[in-house]
Amino acid sequence: MNAIMIIAGKEFRDGLRNRWVVSITLVLAVMAVGIAWAGAAASGGLGFTSLASTLVSLTTLAVFLIPLIALLLAYDAVVGEREAGTLLILLTYPISRTALLLGKFCGHGLILGAATVLGFGIAGVTIVLGADGVALGELAAGMGLLIASTVLLGWVFIAFAYLISVGVSEKPRAAGLALGVWFFFVLVFDLALLALLVSVKQGGDWLAWLLLLNPTECFRLLNLAGFEAAREHAGVTAIAAPGGFHPAALTAILLAWGAVPLALALWRFHRRAA
Amino acid sequence: MTQVIKFHEVTQRHGALTRLDALSFQVTRGEVLALLGHNGAGKTTTMHLILGLLSPSAGQVAVLGGAPDSRHAATLRQRLGYLPENVSFYEALSGHEVLDYFARLKRADRQQVSTLLEKVGLGHAAQQRVKTYSKGMRQRLGLAQALLGEPSLLLLDEPTTGLDPAATRDFYATLGELQGRGGTVVLSSHVLPGVEPYIDRALILGGGRQLALGSIHALRQRAAQPLIIKVRGRLESDAWHTCVSHPRYTQLAQNAGEATLAVPETAKLDALRQLTHLPGIEDIAVEPPTLEHLYQHYSQRGHQ
Repeated sequence: MNAIMIIAGKEFRDGLRNRWVVSITLVLAVMAVGIAWAGAAASGGLGFTSLASTLVSLTTLAVFLIPLIALLLAYDAVVGEREAGTLLILLTYPISRTALLLGKFCGHGLILGAATVLGFGIAGVTIVLGADGVALGELAAGMGLLIASTVLLGWVFIAFAYLISVGVSEKPRAAGLALGVWFFFVLVFDLALLALLVSVKQGGDWLAWLLLLNPTECFRLLNLAGFEAAREHAGVTAIAAPGGFHPAALTAILLAWGAVPLALALWRFHRRAA
Repeated sequence: MTQVIKFHEVTQRHGALTRLDALSFQVTRGEVLALLGHNGAGKTTTMHLILGLLSPSAGQVAVLGGAPDSRHAATLRQRLGYLPENVSFYEALSGHEVLDYFARLKRADRQQVSTLLEKVGLGHAAQQRVKTYSKGMRQRLGLAQALLGEPSLLLLDEPTTGLDPAATRDFYATLGELQGRGGTVVLSSHVLPGVEPYIDRALILGGGRQLALGSIHALRQRAAQPLIIKVRGRLESDAWHTCVSHPRYTQLAQNAGEATLAVPETAKLDALRQLTHLPGIEDIAVEPPTLEHLYQHYSQRGHQ
């Protein structure tokens, strides 16, 4: 337990020092404030329009950015230490490989969590200060759900990054695979599902279940479920019937999407020779 | 218990490759053992087996009274110090921060950090980022890391690479201290001239097999390598020619004022007596066979 804390603390301090925390916070805050403010641009105006459309836009932003940020943050977690030679030292220390990987996960998870809370928090505060007639309770609930699920989505992709990182021997290869994972889940999956949707003429209720095969779709479903107004912006996830998936079930599935790659990464890390 | 490391018929296969082939040796407490050999001879594999990073395909490894790849590892690792080859450490951290991090992970006394940095000669650079360190400084930081927690067994993979002669001397002095406390050291090296005075025994490996094991003295006797005697002066007299035509001496080279002779150990004093009585000799230098010669001798024999 103690070793996990020490490793997590080091990773987090590294994140502060090499400006990861600050840059993620800034990127999220700037883009989120921009989206909130340009919400009416389509109808020819500027300024905050509705909470629903703002949250939908922020969800889409998170789907694109968070997996990429998480993968970039964590892809070299193990392979980087392997290349620097420090992994060999750590493996001969009185700490288990599980503690090593979990410690790193806590550290990276904290970096992403803190940056997300700060970045989207700043956007939320800006909306409260700058827009008139926003229902505070609704905003807090919506932003709260968005922030919590975004952090969860980030952790899922940190776990994917670790699965890549323990398996390869060179950093560039890990980076390439990480980009591939992002490309598949964020871009290719949607297009493939869309193609399938078009080709299936009859029935097709089962297609909605396919959404669960992608953590970013689970994340989208979770955030859009509450908004009737959001259905027209929901993209492929609109094939899921309203209220078809319970938020608790979606959260559980998202957690599983994090737990399974992390468990696989641990298993692979234990089996691999130094 | 005096046997710190015991290898019994240890074979290590990696796919179709046999990294170690039925290797047996023992290391006693307080001993400094050098693992010598070419790249791929099995030095690093041997270290990884001692560390429990690898499990033997056949045979038994025991380190400090237990198998290093078993539950015993948890207690064993507290008492081990290890410096791998080519470590670059965390470039964004300072030397002090790196060592402090490792000290906490090893549950060693954090007070040691500054003392150890001073000891390896990094006191002045403790607050500098590792990124600015030279190869030698990184190597010293690595050594300080290995010495954390006063280990009873120290494993050093090519420890003196990148160290200048003064730093190398300091390094062996530090090893001497550790040995004085009853610590055991296993080091691998290909810089042979440097290690010779400091090691108790050498294990020469080739292609995963043991080519020779013993003290430098014993290896020297077994190899029966000749001494090299270098003579300087006027080397034209008849007495000189009769002297060097002795069947037990081999003349390796001669030019105007210098000659090199190879003489068996047993004929050393005879040869010296004869040479000192020759007229016109200005200087005589005797070179005993070095570890390098022995190493060449044993590895050539291993290849045949």
